[in-house]
Amino acid sequence: MTMTAMITRELRPLLVVTVVLMVLTTVVYPLVVTGVAQLVFPRQANGSLIEVGGQTVGSSLVGQTFTSAAYFHARPSAAGTGYDGASSSGSNYGPLSQKLHDRVAADAAAFREAHGLEAGAALPSDAVTASGSGLDPHISPATARLQVASVATARGTSEVNMRALLDEFTEGRALGLIGEPRVNVLRLNIALDARYPLRP
Amino acid sequence: MTAIEWGQLALYVALLLAAAKPLGTYMTAVYEGRRTWLHPVVRPLEVATYRLGGIDEDREQDWRRYLLATLAFNVAGFLLLYAILRLQGFLPMNPQGLEGAKPTLAFNTAASFVTNTNWQSYGGETTLSYLSQMAGLTFQNFVSAAVGMAVLVAVIRGVARQSASTLGNFWVDLTRSTLYVLLPLSVVLALFLVSQGVIQNVSAYTEVTTLEGETQTLAMGPAASQVAIKQLGTNGGGFFNVNSAHPLENPTAWTNLVEMVAILLIPVASVYMYGRMVGSTRHGWVLIGAMTAVLVLGTVVTTWSEQAGNPTLGALGVTAAPSADQLGGNMEGKEVRVGIGNSTTWAAATTAASNGSVNSMHDSYTGLGGITPFALMMTSEVIFGGVGSGMYGAVLYILLTVFIAGLMVGRTPEYLGKKVESREMKAVMASLLVFPVLILVWTAVAVVNPFGTDTLNNAGPHGFSEVLYAFTSGSANNGSAFAGLGANGTFYNLGIGVNMLFGRFVFLVSVMVIAGAMARKQRVAASPGTFPVDGFTFGGLFTGIIVIVGLLTFFPALALGPIVEHLMRADGVLF
Repeated sequence: MTMTAMITRELRPLLVVTVVLMVLTTVVYPLVVTGVAQLVFPRQANGSLIEVGGQTVGSSLVGQTFTSAAYFHARPSAAGTGYDGASSSGSNYGPLSQKLHDRVAADAAAFREAHGLEAGAALPSDAVTASGSGLDPHISPATARLQVASVATARGTSEVNMRALLDEFTEGRALGLIGEPRVNVLRLNIALDARYPLRP
Repeated sequence: MTAIEWGQLALYVALLLAAAKPLGTYMTAVYEGRRTWLHPVVRPLEVATYRLGGIDEDREQDWRRYLLATLAFNVAGFLLLYAILRLQGFLPMNPQGLEGAKPTLAFNTAASFVTNTNWQSYGGETTLSYLSQMAGLTFQNFVSAAVGMAVLVAVIRGVARQSASTLGNFWVDLTRSTLYVLLPLSVVLALFLVSQGVIQNVSAYTEVTTLEGETQTLAMGPAASQVAIKQLGTNGGGFFNVNSAHPLENPTAWTNLVEMVAILLIPVASVYMYGRMVGSTRHGWVLIGAMTAVLVLGTVVTTWSEQAGNPTLGALGVTAAPSADQLGGNMEGKEVRVGIGNSTTWAAATTAASNGSVNSMHDSYTGLGGITPFALMMTSEVIFGGVGSGMYGAVLYILLTVFIAGLMVGRTPEYLGKKVESREMKAVMASLLVFPVLILVWTAVAVVNPFGTDTLNNAGPHGFSEVLYAFTSGSANNGSAFAGLGANGTFYNLGIGVNMLFGRFVFLVSVMVIAGAMARKQRVAASPGTFPVDGFTFGGLFTGIIVIVGLLTFFPALALGPIVEHLMRADGVLF
């Protein structure tokens, strides 16, 4: 049999298998998943959005920028100009990068100043490094604890209250093994607004 | 490495090994055409496909025709995907109004997805319409994996059969891989992911007003269905730019664990299936054991280095030691919910498999931390490897192992009772020689020319690593990246595109040649001089050959990048 004849014989299976598998994998499969997802898990399927007072303030899974002294601050972000939810990105700086060194030095100084820590105070690694996504919703409990005093002052409440709130929002490892200890910054700050509102 | 990290690694390996036998047994039944519990649902669909396509499922193809069908299917898939990417601006399901991809990007992306690489020159949420993601990429996510499995099954038949001329029917194996294995697993995984918070919708991007009154745009889309298959099919191309580091793609500790298991699930089961179908389950377990040992070793090296942290930042007061309430280590490019151990385990798994999805940015890894991803790709992805392609790639190393063992004792090498002769060894060496040439030559060209170095994100040894990583990832059909490199230019799009095509198809054609030759042979009875392939000696030799032949070729290149970076880590020299 010639090469041409061999190829011709495969054309019909090629066409049919391509069309059938394409319909199944790109139409039926995503539609079934989308349908079931929207029916059974509508909140999760649409981005786990959080509403406060009728207004959508963000996604409980996506971090956002906080600069006010009255809020806990998130990690540095390399997504767009910071926590750009349409442009996820890490810094991609290598360990010996001058730019990384300069950025961390600046962020560390700013963190210490914002939270009233002495110069050179030790900082948890997550406090001054950019996450992989630039959208990390979490900080470590240690990074949150360093911010307790400054946030309590700004909110006009005690550090004891603040620490209690922090404990409530600290998540541990599932089964003692899966995941890492963390605090969701947005959810913590929403609770702050609810319980210790800023006087207008 | 902390006690928790050892525990997390042990749990991960245990889950993988536990899944190998049940899934491998199921896959064996599927490819042998036996009845499975999915038959009532899937069988009618399967039969209808064959009837429409004029496919006689009992009529087998010889190796030439099987290979021809495989290549024809891939050429057609490439052209189709290229067209969709170029024309997406005129096609529906494009709520962001994104334009068509430029020619070199479309070439690179089409090559990337047809070869099961999923190298992303594009940024998901900023470049591709929903139609391109679904009809273009998701389709290839499924079928490029299914092609790998089909070829593996053909190779298995070649090894297992005697005096045979045929290796099965490509269209049947392709259809079964998709319908019985990839689709059902994907549906289950996708729904689990949605339940945890991975998005699955066709809305336009959502604008929210943050607590501080700023506007934040959240990317939306049908992510879960694509994430499921990109993990299971060792594809790796993420829905979002940062892949599974993105909290809407990998939101919780549970999704991280399950997505990580999904990376190696089918590859591990494929090795078990291989052993079973060639008639020696023990041989399969020895291969699994050897591969697991390399995987664990690689993970431990990376975890140790990442947990040790970055001394440069230590000088600025950044804590490197972990404690109960913070992770320490090198957290640049890593997520808090994932942590260090699960970032590095993922990094090892995704480069052992030719997956390439990431949950942390490899570009920000320390010198030694980054060496495991390099090493696992440079062994041409045979530590479990890609779906199908990992195990058929491993066959090349198995043959090389028995060949060298034969030379050592002065006997004609045999594999499972069949003589290994010159035709097979030529095919083995063709693949194993082309692979380093692809990587090293392109890297050399890139680092001495401005078109190669203009888009580096890092200077010094790390910049060299970015280039080396890119060509290694392409040739190994992995798809992960030192993502700081700006690879969406003409040079990198073409160079990496060519490497992906050669990396995939040189291996694929080689193993089909071998399968055709092996199928024709008679099995000879084992004698006291036969080298047994189901014991420790074989496992050790196999591992040694992979490391020596696969890795040593690249040692000089690694010395210029990650190794020198490791040695300089505490010198205070910055680039």
